[in-house]
Amino acid sequence: MGFVYVIQFFVPHPPFDKFQNWGNDWIQIIAGFAIFLGILNLLKVSSEKIYKKSKGWGYAAITIVGFLIMTIAGLYEGKDYQNPGTSFYWIYFTMFFPLNSTMFAILAFFVASASYRAFRARNKEATLLLLAAIFLMLGRTPLGDYLSGWAPDGWQLKNISDWIMDFPQTAGQRAIMIGIALGIISTSLRVITGLERTFVGGE
Amino acid sequence: MPFCPKLKGRYSPTKLVWFISLFLLLINPAGIFSQDTPQPAQAVQAFDTPDDAGKSITVQWQLSADDGKGLNNVVSYEILRSPSPEAEYTNVGDSPRGTTEYVDNSAKDKTPYYYKIRALSKTGSSDSVPSAEAVSSPQWFKTERTNALIVVLVISLGIVYFIYRASQGKEMFVRKIAGLEAVDEAVGRATEMGKKIFYIPGVYDMDSMQTVASVTILGHVARRVAEYDAKMEVPNCYSLVMVACRETVKQAYLKAGKPDRYSDDNIYYLTQDQFGYTSAVSGLFVREKPAAIFLQGHFFAESLIFAEIGNSVGAIQIAGTAQPTQLPFFVAACDYTLIGEELFAASSYLSKNPKLLGSLKGQDLGKFLMMAAILVGSILTTFGIYNLAKWFTYR
Amino acid sequence: MNFWQKLLALDRRYIFIFVALALLIPLFLTAPPGFLKKIDISPPVKSLYDYVEKLPPGSKVMIAFDYDPPTTPELQPMAVSFLKHCFMRDLKVIMIGLWPQGPVQAQFAMEQDILTDEAIKPKNLQYGVDYVNLGFQAGNEFVILRMGNDIAAAFPADYFGTRTRELPLMKDVKNFDNIRLIYNLSAGYPGTYEWVIFAGDRFGVKIAGGNTAVQYPHNSPYLQTGQLVGLLGGMAGAAAYEKISGYLGKATRYMLAQAVSHAMVVFFIIIGNLAYFITRGRKSE
Repeated sequence: MGFVYVIQFFVPHPPFDKFQNWGNDWIQIIAGFAIFLGILNLLKVSSEKIYKKSKGWGYAAITIVGFLIMTIAGLYEGKDYQNPGTSFYWIYFTMFFPLNSTMFAILAFFVASASYRAFRARNKEATLLLLAAIFLMLGRTPLGDYLSGWAPDGWQLKNISDWIMDFPQTAGQRAIMIGIALGIISTSLRVITGLERTFVGGE
Repeated sequence: MPFCPKLKGRYSPTKLVWFISLFLLLINPAGIFSQDTPQPAQAVQAFDTPDDAGKSITVQWQLSADDGKGLNNVVSYEILRSPSPEAEYTNVGDSPRGTTEYVDNSAKDKTPYYYKIRALSKTGSSDSVPSAEAVSSPQWFKTERTNALIVVLVISLGIVYFIYRASQGKEMFVRKIAGLEAVDEAVGRATEMGKKIFYIPGVYDMDSMQTVASVTILGHVARRVAEYDAKMEVPNCYSLVMVACRETVKQAYLKAGKPDRYSDDNIYYLTQDQFGYTSAVSGLFVREKPAAIFLQGHFFAESLIFAEIGNSVGAIQIAGTAQPTQLPFFVAACDYTLIGEELFAASSYLSKNPKLLGSLKGQDLGKFLMMAAILVGSILTTFGIYNLAKWFTYR
Repeated sequence: MNFWQKLLALDRRYIFIFVALALLIPLFLTAPPGFLKKIDISPPVKSLYDYVEKLPPGSKVMIAFDYDPPTTPELQPMAVSFLKHCFMRDLKVIMIGLWPQGPVQAQFAMEQDILTDEAIKPKNLQYGVDYVNLGFQAGNEFVILRMGNDIAAAFPADYFGTRTRELPLMKDVKNFDNIRLIYNLSAGYPGTYEWVIFAGDRFGVKIAGGNTAVQYPHNSPYLQTGQLVGLLGGMAGAAAYEKISGYLGKATRYMLAQAVSHAMVVFFIIIGNLAYFITRGRKSE
């Protein structure tokens, strides 16, 4: 199957042009059925936790209650369940939407605590990292202009941060992306040729 | 006409009107008093669209002289098609002004077609001269991807060659990867402390190679866990990944000779929603306080949340991802990080299988060739020679 | 433990409190005079603005809303300021989404910010004529490939259920040939990278991006190669575009909070290093 995907990339002649769409359609079908597996597993594990009153069983109860509420709301509203005014829409925008945004917003605090812990000038490389972080954090906001607006053009914080983004950062990104691409080729070859079978329970 | 002088004979008004009308008719080709039709499009060519699956003809033309200007401002073009130059032409598509190409995807293979371009203005239209015959057919190879094929073949053959050499018994040197050397340490720590190990295989499905690599590493980690008799949980974001993880861990326990210690309940599905999964796993970390956390696979914004919460509960963390945007977070917050291709090298490294180690060598060959191409290309581009850079353009 | 050792082992919750205050308090304050002048307009932002300025009235622009609610604070201001710019230039806008919530965000932008804007009301924008929302389509980059051949086949109906081919704006839009620019607002996958590879490189259409601050470094290499016309990064990029286009909005208002919180993080880094060097010095003694 892997070789088929590789061949269809280079051969446009029918039937190869359809292989990718066929393959993707089958993946969607299998993934669709697999969702039931996951849901059943979730309900089973949560129910067992509640039954045995294991550690954290309260959270399992909330999981099941939340699952049932959303499922019932969706089924009750029918095919227009996503439209404004439905109970599904209300639950989505008053509960799910803010909770999702909150989890993402938590990153701001974790960035601060990770920076406090990690950006220590232990050695040369760590010092470079530290300086780059400071230049970027200040240069990306108007604060950089307040602090360095008096300096010659090339030495202002915003220009230094632009230089860091345009050159060292871009070079590093490209190098990592090239390495990753080669790693993907190598892993894919091992998987396609059957050398690597651990992920399906093989040797 | 009361205000005109009385004219008779040769200069009578009627004769004058006739003379002026004839004059206007003769000078009209110069366009001074132009008619309603714009200038037609020129040089219409039609040919089989290259490198495709057929049923497509590309039509190109030169713009009408009145395109976007002139008294008869062309506003659009109609593409007309006919099975023969003399038969009736039907409209197969439209193109706005300023365009000189149209791809007709409604053609039938092995059927000759002729095309005309009709230039339309607000007040009229004019047709071009028909094109020569064009016949659509599918091609067997996308010539525009020759460069990609060469690169893929060179790198793949390199990998195959080194796998062959490794299978012949040739020893392959692989440098130490700190994160992978620490796997034993992490599992041992969890066993001593009597705490759990959490393995997070990423937040993507099995169609990502990073997830495949992660599940492969899970096999090796699970074997260590089985040998040390430690406890491990694997919460999943996708059902298919859960199924693959279960198979992998079950086999690992079997190979370690402890199939009875395996339990399906330790590998479970949570939710496909990114931040729903993040909050569930974060809660597990805070409540269970694991001794070791493995964060291996395809991650997005939740990477730092996992890493920071893992750090706050005092776990040793070994992370690995090929997402360049998330690597800095893992490097800053985790004890060990597998950077990019090290994630893909991990399974070969841990298994110590000679054939798999050979494939790493092939990867290195590919990297060497890329570096050489970048160096040579940079030098050539500095001197204004862009051919090498253009050859690497992908379509 | 002395003061510096305590500082080195500072509970992260204290850091959280200070960062929370640094973010919250500026939201209730007015930016000092001249603050707006200090917002930097980087070359990638200017490049995008200039490109849009040069488009003739009536040109068609596609906006791909590839993000969801968590990244709204960064990307929604980019969407609003870009939409305002397009409508003031009399450009026609086609909105789509490869993320399920993307088209919902597009509707929010239109209903809450564009159609109620006093400067845009005189334009009397008509749905179907001046702008359309083609909704969401699953399939990631395969949708992009399909659009390269036939947009109506990839998006058979719009957000409201009307057949795409019946929309007046889509009458002469078959594929990317008539689209002068695709502006992708991206928070992850699929995103700007997929649009560059599968639309820009494959079909030659011009691409510009609006990314979260985390995504920006990943896509910035494509600026240098010319595969991106312009790229906005994070709230700073959104504020810069608001400034250059003259349509000040939420990003500009939030920049004060961002500046103060960045300063707070830098402050903690500096005192953390001070504590590190002082305690290290004492250990040597």
